[in-house]
Amino acid sequence: MTIKQLATSVAAAALLASPALAEVDFSGKTIEWVIPFSETGGSAKWANFFAPLLSQELPGNPTVVVKFMPGAGSTKGANWFQEQEYEDGTVLFGTSGSTQFPYLLGDPRVRYEYSDWTPVMASGTGGVAYLNPTDGAKFDGSANALKDIDFIYGSQGATRLDLVPLLAWEMLGMNVEPVFGIKGRGDGRLMFERGEATIDYQTSSAYLGASAELVTQGKAVPMMTWGALDTDGNIVRDPTFPEIATFKEVCEATEGCETSGEAWDAWKAFFVAGFPVQKIAFLPAGTPDDVAQTFSDAFDAVRKRDDFATLAAKQVGKYEVFVGEGALKATKTGTTVSPEAKAYVQNWLQDSYGVSLK
Amino acid sequence: MDLFATALPALGQAWALILQPDVLGHLVLGVVMGLAVGVFPGLGGIAGLSLLLPFMFGMDPILGLALMVGMVAVVPTSDTFASVLMGIPGSSASQATVLDGFPLAKKGQAARALSAAFTSSLFGGLVGAAFLTLFIVVARPLVLAFGLPEMLMISVLGLSMVAVLAGRVALKGLAAAGLGMLIGTIGEADAGGSLRMASYDIPYLTDGLKLVIVGLGIFAVPEIVSLLRQDRSIAKDAKLGAGWGEGVKDWVANKWLSVRCSLIGVVVGVIPGLGGSVVDWIAYGHAVQTTKDKSQFGKGEIRGVIGPESSNNAKEGGGLVPTLLFGIPGSGSMAIFIGAIALLGSGDIEVGPSMLRDNLDITYSIVWLLALANVVGTVLCIAASGGIAKLTTIRFTYLAPFLFMLISFAAFQSGQNFEDILALFVIGLIGIFLRRFDWSRPAFLIGFVLSNPVEKFSNQAFQIASFRFRSSFSDGMDYIFSPIVIVLLIITVVSVVLGLRQAKSIMAEGDVQSGSKRAPIVFLLVLMAYVVTALINANMIPDYNMTDKIVPLIVGGVTVTALLILLAQMILRPETDTIFADKEMAGEDADAPYGLWSTLAWFAGLIAATYVLGFILALTGFLVSFLRVRAQAPWLKTLILTAAGIALMCVMAGALNRDFPPGLLQGVVDLPWPLK
Repeated sequence: MTIKQLATSVAAAALLASPALAEVDFSGKTIEWVIPFSETGGSAKWANFFAPLLSQELPGNPTVVVKFMPGAGSTKGANWFQEQEYEDGTVLFGTSGSTQFPYLLGDPRVRYEYSDWTPVMASGTGGVAYLNPTDGAKFDGSANALKDIDFIYGSQGATRLDLVPLLAWEMLGMNVEPVFGIKGRGDGRLMFERGEATIDYQTSSAYLGASAELVTQGKAVPMMTWGALDTDGNIVRDPTFPEIATFKEVCEATEGCETSGEAWDAWKAFFVAGFPVQKIAFLPAGTPDDVAQTFSDAFDAVRKRDDFATLAAKQVGKYEVFVGEGALKATKTGTTVSPEAKAYVQNWLQDSYGVSLK
Repeated sequence: MDLFATALPALGQAWALILQPDVLGHLVLGVVMGLAVGVFPGLGGIAGLSLLLPFMFGMDPILGLALMVGMVAVVPTSDTFASVLMGIPGSSASQATVLDGFPLAKKGQAARALSAAFTSSLFGGLVGAAFLTLFIVVARPLVLAFGLPEMLMISVLGLSMVAVLAGRVALKGLAAAGLGMLIGTIGEADAGGSLRMASYDIPYLTDGLKLVIVGLGIFAVPEIVSLLRQDRSIAKDAKLGAGWGEGVKDWVANKWLSVRCSLIGVVVGVIPGLGGSVVDWIAYGHAVQTTKDKSQFGKGEIRGVIGPESSNNAKEGGGLVPTLLFGIPGSGSMAIFIGAIALLGSGDIEVGPSMLRDNLDITYSIVWLLALANVVGTVLCIAASGGIAKLTTIRFTYLAPFLFMLISFAAFQSGQNFEDILALFVIGLIGIFLRRFDWSRPAFLIGFVLSNPVEKFSNQAFQIASFRFRSSFSDGMDYIFSPIVIVLLIITVVSVVLGLRQAKSIMAEGDVQSGSKRAPIVFLLVLMAYVVTALINANMIPDYNMTDKIVPLIVGGVTVTALLILLAQMILRPETDTIFADKEMAGEDADAPYGLWSTLAWFAGLIAATYVLGFILALTGFLVSFLRVRAQAPWLKTLILTAAGIALMCVMAGALNRDFPPGLLQGVVDLPWPLK
C-alpha cells in the first residue's frame, strides 16, 4: 500500500467514523472536469453547458473548469483517467460514444475499464437521418424504392458513431458509399448542402440547429430517427421528433430488413452505446459513496432546475439526464454488448471497410 | 432585395448596442487580456477563451460578446511580438511574418517592423469588417460554391508558393516541401485509419505532429541556437535603428499591397475547412511577386511583413462567416466562441443558419466589435512596441534560457505530453540542419501545413468525382472543372512559372557560402534514408486502404526523385557549387565562439531534467546553471532572473489553469501545484 493509498483510506475511515465531518464541502476548491476531446466537439459543448450549473449546486460552490485532453480518438484521456485514484473528488471525467466504441470493439489502444469507474451522471441524445429532395420523394416510409440508388455520405470513420447509421442503411439494403476523413458532422452537413453528399445524419441538437432549416426550405427530407429507449429498453419514437418514424419502423416496412436476429441485435447494442447513453460523467476508481452521492445530488438538482428544460433543449437536446442508480444502470447498458454483437460488427467492419482493430 | 432593407436598420442597432460605455469597457478588458495571452507563443485564443467561459453563463449577451471578441481579435496581432522579435512563430497566422520580420529585428529595426505589422493588422481588420458588412447577407450561396475540388485547388495554390520560396536550388526547395508533406502524413490517416510511420505502441505518434511544434522547431530553435552560439544581441551591435513612426510610413507607402492582401485574407478566411494555414503564405507569395526588387526578401523586406500581416487579421473576420452562418467553426477558438454564445443571456442567440434572420443586429455587432477591438489592440501594441523592441538589444545569452523555457512550455501546451517537448527537440534538429545546408525552411513548413488538406481534399474529391462520372461523363467534368477551379488553376500555373523565375533572387537564409562536399552529402543521404523508409512503410498499407497510401507514395516518389537528381549533381559538380551551401564554412555560424552541440546540450539538458524532475524543478536548475555557467552572471542577478522566470511561468499557467510537464519524480511523490 502506497503512502497515498494509506492516506486516502485513513481519510475515508475518518469521514465514515465522524458523521459531523461527513458533509462533503468543496469551498474554495477547483474541480477539473476532464474531457478526452478537443475544444471543438460535442463533448466540449456538453461539459461546458453543465459545468457552471454543477458549480452552483455542489456544496461550497467550487469552480468547475473543463479541461481538454484530446488524443488517439479519446483513448489517451481515458487511459489517463484509468490511472487516477480518488483523492478529494476534484477530478471528474466525461466520456462519449467515441470513448465507448473503441472499448466495445476491442481497440488495441484501450487500457481502460469502464466498470472500475463511478458514474454520477449520464445523458443521451438522438439522431436523425435525412435525404436529398430527389431521392427523398421516393421514400414512402420504407426503403424499398431506395435500394438501387447510390448514395454518398460524408463520414468521420466507420468505427466512430457513424457505425450506427452506416449499419442501419446497409440493413435497409441501401447502397451508401461513405467518404471518410471529415472532421465533424458539421462538415458532413456542409457536404450535403453543397450537393456532394446525398444522404446525411445529425445528432438531435445539430439537426435542430441547422438541418431542420433545410427541411423547411425543401432542401432535405427527413428519413428516420434512431429512436429512443423506454424504461423497458424498447425502441420508441424519439421524444424530440415524435413526427419522424424510427429506424425500427422503417426496417419493419422494408423488404429484407429484420428487427430481430444478430444484425438487429448488434445494431441495437451499438445504438444504445452511441445515443441514449452517449455521454457519461465519472469519478475515479475508489471514490467513497458519500462523495459520489454529493455529485449525484448536485446533478439531480441541476436537472430539476425550472429553466433546465429550456436551457438543455438548445444545448444538449430534450433527453433524460440520469443520476445515481439511473446513471449506474445506464452506464451498464451503454458499455456492455454481447460477444455475438461485438463479433458481428467486427466482421462487418472488416468485410465492408477493411477495418481490423488488432 | 429585402435582405438589404433589413440589413441597414440592423447595422444601426448594432452600433447602438456597441457604443455604450459598459460595452466598450468590456471590449478593452478583453483586448488587454487577449494581448497578455497572445504574447505567449503557442497559447493563443483557445486558452484565453476557456478562461472566460465560466463567466459567460447568463451574462448580458452584448457584454459577453465584447469581452470574448476583444480577446479573440487581438491574439493574431499580439503574437507578432514573438515572431518579429524572437523569430518564434506564435501561431499559424504569424509564420510568414517571421521570414522578414525577424531579419529586420536583427538589423535593429524591430520597432519599425512591429509598427508596420500592427498597422497592417489594423487595416486588414477594418477591411475585413467593411467587406463582411456587405458580404455576410449574400455569403451563403458563395460559400456553398466552394466544394472539395475548389478547396483542393486553394491548397494547391498555397503549395505552389513553394516555387517562390524554394531558394537558390529549386530542387532542394521541392525536396524540402516533399519532406514536410511526408512528415505531415505521420500518424493515423484521416480516411482509413492506417498508421503511417507510427505504431500503437507509441500512441503519441498516432495523432501526428502538431503545427505549433513544427513551427517552433523549424523556425525558432535554429535561430535561438545560432544567436546563442554567436553570443550577441538580436539586433546587431545592440543598436536600435528606425523607430515606430518609420513602420507606419512604410505601411502608407505600401497601402495597395495591404489592400490586396486584406482581400485575400477575407476571401480565404470565408472558406470553411481551410482556415489560417494557407492564407499568410499566399499573401507572402503575392507580396514577393508584386515587388520589383526581390533581392531583400528573406533578409528584411518590409513588404514581406506587411503582406502576411494584412491578411491574417482580415482572415479572422472572414472566418466569422462559416462560424456564424453555418455553425461550423473555422478554428479551435471559434468553436469555443460558438459554445460560449449559447451560454450568454437566456441562451436564445443561436449560431447557425437562423443567425442572419433572427439576430442580424448581433451578427453585425460581432463584426464591428471585432474591428473596434483591432483598433484598440493595435494602438496598445504600437504604443508598447518601442519599449518592447529594446529586448532585441539585450545580450542574447540572457534571453535564450527564457526562450527555451517559453518554447518548451508552448510545445507542451499543444498536446500535454512529455513527447511534445521531445518532438520539438527533434524537429528543431531538422530545422538546424535545413538552415545550415540552405534547404528552404519555409518550403518545408508549407509542405507540412498543407499535407493534410491536400491529402484529405484530393481523396474526397476523387471519390465524389468518380461517383459523378459513374452517373455521366459530363456530370463528372462539371464537378471537377467548375469555373472557380479553372480560375484557381490558372492562378496557380502563373504563380509557379513566375515563382520559379524569381526564386533564385530570394534567399531566405541569406547568401550561404559553399564548402566541402562531405557534410551536405551526408545530410542528403540521411534525408533520403527517411524518405525511403516512409515510402516502404506506406507501401505496406494494404491496397483496400488505397486512400491512406496514395498520397505518401506519390509525394515520397517525387521527393526521392528530387533527392536522387541532387545526389547526382553533388557527385558531378565541384565543391564550390551553390548546391553545397554550408553555414558552418563561412559567416556568422562558422565564426561563432560556441559550438553547435555544446549549445544544444543545454536545451537537451532541460528536457532530460524535465523527464526526471518535472518542468518547474528542472527549469529552476536549468536557469541557475545556465546563467551562472554560460552567461557568467553574478549570483544575485542569477537568482533574481531565475525567480522572475519561474514566477512568470507560474502566474501564466496558474491564471490559465494549465499544467506543467510532470517527470518521473512526480510519479513517485505527490507534490503541490507548480511542482506537480
